[in-house]
Amino acid sequence: MIGLADCNNFYASCERVFNPKIKGKPVVVLSNNDGCVIARSNEAKALNIKMGEPAFKIKPILQKHKVHIFSTNFALYGDLSERVMNTLKSEINKVEVYSIDEAFLDFSDFSSFDRAMSIRKKVKQWTGIPISIGIAPTKTLAKVANHIAKKSTKEGVFVLRERDITRSLQHLAVEDIWGVGRRNAFKLKQYGVYTALDFTNVNIEWLRRKFSINAVRLQKELKGERCYELELKKTKKKNICTSRSFGKETNNYNIIKQAVSNFANTCAVKLRNERSCCYKISVFLMTNRHKASAVQHFPYITLNFNTPTSDSFEIVSKANIALQTIYNNACIYKKAGVIVQSIVSENEVQASLFDTIDRKKRNRLMCSIDKINMLMGRDKIRLAAQGFDRKWKLKQEKLSPCYTTRFSDILSVNI
Amino acid sequence: MTIKLLHKNKYLTFYSSTSSQLLNIPFYEGGVSAGFPSPAEDYMHSKLDLNDLLIDHPSATYYVRVNGDSMLGAGIQSGDLLVVDRSLEVIDNSIVVANINGEFTVKRIKKNKNKMFLVPENEKYQPIEITEEMDFELFGVVAHVIHHFI
Repeated sequence: MIGLADCNNFYASCERVFNPKIKGKPVVVLSNNDGCVIARSNEAKALNIKMGEPAFKIKPILQKHKVHIFSTNFALYGDLSERVMNTLKSEINKVEVYSIDEAFLDFSDFSSFDRAMSIRKKVKQWTGIPISIGIAPTKTLAKVANHIAKKSTKEGVFVLRERDITRSLQHLAVEDIWGVGRRNAFKLKQYGVYTALDFTNVNIEWLRRKFSINAVRLQKELKGERCYELELKKTKKKNICTSRSFGKETNNYNIIKQAVSNFANTCAVKLRNERSCCYKISVFLMTNRHKASAVQHFPYITLNFNTPTSDSFEIVSKANIALQTIYNNACIYKKAGVIVQSIVSENEVQASLFDTIDRKKRNRLMCSIDKINMLMGRDKIRLAAQGFDRKWKLKQEKLSPCYTTRFSDILSVNI
Repeated sequence: MTIKLLHKNKYLTFYSSTSSQLLNIPFYEGGVSAGFPSPAEDYMHSKLDLNDLLIDHPSATYYVRVNGDSMLGAGIQSGDLLVVDRSLEVIDNSIVVANINGEFTVKRIKKNKNKMFLVPENEKYQPIEITEEMDFELFGVVAHVIHHFI
């Protein structure tokens, strides 16, 4: 059996660990730049606040119900996520960390329910984060079981046995199946496939023709036949994207250049952490789609490296060349981003005949910079292009303290 | 993360730390460029790491800074840093961080017959009985206190 452990309203729960005053009260967490709702407590869900809703649109509801509002605090959520995952790993040998708040667990050796109950209790006690666990014969069904554990059990644990599969799929809308996107759900409904149960009953050949092999696998998984195993080895990322909205929309080239340089450097650091190099880099800019009167511009450009690289100098200067090409000073930009693609492992890099860089030497330099920055703090050593004034920095007006990652921010108690 | 006993004689006990901390800088790296190599080189161990001493369960350990004098008798002074281990079971006399009606506090847990109290360690303050109608939640057990002299 495979288990899926999923943190309940993870971001809101993180805020609550250190702020018990907001227990039982509606809580929302806003996206970068305090734009949209990206997490809600159950109480906020009950107020009919939707995922992704722009904060300015629901201001009256937020004020009327005294909803507690937070900016995303990824330092805090990342740390608590690691604690939850490590606690799970202390109980179960095979754990696949699937996202910041979900992990698949190998339940093959245990009598599942009691075991899951004790794991759930341990995670809550050790970390303060409540989780739900769904257990089933396949990953896709474990997702379904978790949904049931959250919505319709008091314990927060649900074991989906083979004989109960049909009954639970009856009540699951086709768009709520793991991996069926909105577009596919729309298409399926046109053919009269409304529930997960309907989906299991359609002809397998038809599925293969109209959709894909993945749809066939999904059907098998829903019938209890395992197609996806736990992925225990960390798979290397296919591409790495760093993008942010600016604190204030701008057409100032220097501010945008500084932002893009920082995003490019972040990509380079991430590549080095993964011991990878990239062949391609893309840079994009975005204007504010919601401002009908403004000139709209969404340029995107991809440039190649002759030799795959993870070198900050190369990546940042290439990003700047890309930016020069696409920037138009008649537009007011809201967001920029850098993506590095065609990623290969560091030791698979093919040297180019006309390479002008002493890569060994540069590699040593990058290693030293990374080490110093790890000891002394992020970006202590930086490229001049990254700048210091950080005018592009995003708005985070409701940021909670970094309780677990900064000594100056730790929980303070009056006794 | 444990501290390993290396050697014990009449006067001294030596420990070695086993730590996987990335930032654990070796005490001594050897590699003297001129002159004689250090005779101690072969006997060096990695530096003692306070994490090994203070943190048994990293995933369950949180830090808390205190303000106030209600726990002076327990050796907790205003401004001290508490190392709080949430994995520890609360027993009678545990010092805990808890929240009552949405406010955090630090007190000693005392059980008396069927009643439970949060007891300060300073005569100026009164014990608090934990009752049914209270919104009481335990945060964790205080494992260590770190006091700064400078």
